[in-house]
Amino acid sequence: MRVIKLPHFNFLSQRRKAMVFSAVLMVVSLLSLAVQGLNLGLDFTGGTLIEISYKESADLGEVRAALTQGGFVNVMVQQFGTPRDVLLRIPPEGDVNDNELSQRVLKALNAAAPDQVELRRVEFVGPQVGKELADQSGLAVLFSLIGILFYVALRFEWRFSVGAVAATMHDAIVVMGVFSVFRLDFDLTVLAAVLTVIGYSLNDTIVVFDRVRENFRKMRKGAVVEIMDQSVNETMSRTIITAGTVLLVVVALYLFGGATLQGFSLALIIGVVFGTYSTIYVATAAAVVLGVSRADLLKVPKEGAGADSLP
Amino acid sequence: MNRYPLWKNLLILGVILASLVLAWPNLYSQDPSIEITAARGTEIGETSLGEVRAVLENAGAPVKGIELQEGGKLLARFANAGDQLKAQDVIENTLSKSYHTALTQSADLPGWMRALGLKPMNLGLDLRGGIHVVIDVDMDAALDQALERYIGDIRTQLRDDKIRYQTATREGGSILIKFNDAESRDAGDKVLRREFRDLQLQVSQDNNQFAIQANLPPAEQKRIKDFALEQNITTLRNRVNALGVAEPSIARQGERRIVVQLPGAQDPGRLKEILGATATLEYRLVDTEHSAAEAVAGRVPVGSKLYYERDGKPILLKRRVIVTGDQITDASSGFDSQSGTPAVFVNLDGPGARRMRDVTTENVGKPMAVVFIENRTTTELVNGKPVKTTRKVEEVISVASIREPFGRRFQTTGLDSSNEAHNTALLLRSGALAAPIQIVEERTIGPSLGQDNIDQGILSVLIGMALVVLFMGYYYRAFGMIANLVLVLNLVMIVAVLGMLGATLTMPGIAGMVLTVGMAVDANVLIFERIREELNNGSSPQASIAAGFNKAFSTIVDANVTTLIAALMLFSFGTGPVKGFAVTLSIGLITSMFTAITCSRALINRMYGGKRLKTLPV
Repeated sequence: MRVIKLPHFNFLSQRRKAMVFSAVLMVVSLLSLAVQGLNLGLDFTGGTLIEISYKESADLGEVRAALTQGGFVNVMVQQFGTPRDVLLRIPPEGDVNDNELSQRVLKALNAAAPDQVELRRVEFVGPQVGKELADQSGLAVLFSLIGILFYVALRFEWRFSVGAVAATMHDAIVVMGVFSVFRLDFDLTVLAAVLTVIGYSLNDTIVVFDRVRENFRKMRKGAVVEIMDQSVNETMSRTIITAGTVLLVVVALYLFGGATLQGFSLALIIGVVFGTYSTIYVATAAAVVLGVSRADLLKVPKEGAGADSLP
Repeated sequence: MNRYPLWKNLLILGVILASLVLAWPNLYSQDPSIEITAARGTEIGETSLGEVRAVLENAGAPVKGIELQEGGKLLARFANAGDQLKAQDVIENTLSKSYHTALTQSADLPGWMRALGLKPMNLGLDLRGGIHVVIDVDMDAALDQALERYIGDIRTQLRDDKIRYQTATREGGSILIKFNDAESRDAGDKVLRREFRDLQLQVSQDNNQFAIQANLPPAEQKRIKDFALEQNITTLRNRVNALGVAEPSIARQGERRIVVQLPGAQDPGRLKEILGATATLEYRLVDTEHSAAEAVAGRVPVGSKLYYERDGKPILLKRRVIVTGDQITDASSGFDSQSGTPAVFVNLDGPGARRMRDVTTENVGKPMAVVFIENRTTTELVNGKPVKTTRKVEEVISVASIREPFGRRFQTTGLDSSNEAHNTALLLRSGALAAPIQIVEERTIGPSLGQDNIDQGILSVLIGMALVVLFMGYYYRAFGMIANLVLVLNLVMIVAVLGMLGATLTMPGIAGMVLTVGMAVDANVLIFERIREELNNGSSPQASIAAGFNKAFSTIVDANVTTLIAALMLFSFGTGPVKGFAVTLSIGLITSMFTAITCSRALINRMYGGKRLKTLPV
């Protein structure tokens, strides 16, 4: 069966509108990132996180009272997943490595409700470790982008490379922007998701660029924009199907994967949607704006030597 | 056309079979088990196996299986956690003198699988519960300690060579030795240059002051730091082993950190107490002129100190220390070549060796003692605030007679068994923490959360996969089913490779698998879309298959390489769980290229290759 007939949309004719849309997205995201920043998780800030499970539904008020009783004032208490599970967050105090805090908190809670509390998880990250991790993460994103820029430049042409990286950064910024605007918890797994989005977004862009290159060689006439549009249209059904299958599994992960992976899967959902959009309207448009021409691509030697070895 | 040569088909079949076999062990359930190791002075063999089995059966704790394992361990498997805990109680109560127990999990694999060395994937701490701590080693303190040691050695050396000096003190990161006049300064300089080649010596140019400044050159600093880290790792490993946790992992992370992982452990408090303990060793002469009994009564002679041996027996030792633990460069266990009794062989560093030679020459025939000193820190809550109390524990772990003068390398005999000799060597090698440590990261995951994570992980993999399989089958019909088949194969291969590499599956790792399911079909989608395009352009079915695969190939490689770059960055910068995600994602990307391109091509060739076709079910 065939759901998607070869479409003939003039995607790139809409590129001005798309640019405005993208520009607004970027400005809002960057503004939010600059003004209120990311709601960085424990991994990056340091501090203590305790997940506990009560035998019956937990009364957050009582939990708070028990903590105040025990002399803990600076504790954030929230429901986590089910009504029985409670998440406690305690920010770090200065540069002190208080790795025994969690035991004292548990003692206080146990005193208030004996035999009711089950420890699910304790995470303590020293402030120094958090800072280092934040630095390293920035480097990881940076080096991924550089590595990708280099690879694409090697395989295609610098204008495509710039287009691909622009699209990729666009997606990463949008994902981080959404997490910033809605004050969602940005932890290490979300960062992993952002890096995966970088990979996915690029994957998507490359498939289109591959087709553009092929069409430039095949179609002797036609304006650059037309060929680009044609390529986007030809790869459209693949783009939609792949985005669809990835979305299927990521949504399954979001719904059934448990609370710890919710941030991760949400970041991927946003990333996949915008990754698809940016392939067409950021990557391709950027290449057009930068003035890519047929001659640029034909200089590149024939690709896919490995493919010829297949029988 | 569209046929693979026989060797290619066989190769693919071989890889698939190997993957199936490698992944097979993961299908067996994990039994609650107890790992039994020998306590001091016992050795594990066939007899202990019988002994443990008999004790457990008498106590009504049914054992599912018990076996001897490599490294002198017994592994007992139980049908459920209740039996397991009961059995641990029984062993602890009746056999605790001879054995140590640790709770663990082990797969009930048939014998042939174990004979082949096949193992299920390691589950990360977030899936099986446990404690993960990152320990920071205080390198400044390690350097300070090294400087202090040098100062002591320099003083001794100058005194021995009868060179008069005013002071030898630490000034920041260097040592300043002041002399009365230029003559003694130059003499000192000569001696120090000969004896302390590791130090950078500089004679002060200031004419009013006769001084030498000694610095630690960068190479020496690095050596001291590396030594401190390695030493601490060994020490921590011994201490963790004492905790009785199965399969602990202690590894270096970067230049000054140590990661300790204890699967199944649930008491971070106890772990921290054990890890935080600082211990050292000292060699002292035994005071044979006075009676220990009188000292116990309160009359301790001047120049001596009362100690106790491990069995509680009092003993008087000289106050002056011969050598301390940090002068021991190596220790190993073996047998005395003359008597054949178990012995510990110890190596000392230069200054330690010299001092040992001097002392032993003067004291042949007299006993010498090894003292184990430990600062055990406990934290208690006083008025809601933690109060740390440190208790110094000093025990005499061995006493032996000096038979002849010795220096750099010597042996200590008088140990109960070869096992004790082994333990003492371990202790000597790593009894002391070379530098203070601090826990900078801790993650404890309860067992219930671990099980929930596994359940949710498997559920989301299955649901995600079912949705993809349904869609592909519906949209691409027979070709879609081929894609589905290779998708399952891809999962099997990921599991097989993870097991083969000894990699650890974490929750983010499962997320990586889920994501791979979604992305792996992309390659097939690319190929099938190409085949459809070719068909639409009027190519014959056979030509379309060939063109579809060939044209999609470079696109698939390009697309996967870029994702792989991101995954590699994640791997090199990420820690713990994120590394797990990067590993499964990378493996998934690579295996998916094999399954989606080569395996699906082989299947399509097998089913459609070389036939006259009018249409393709794509």
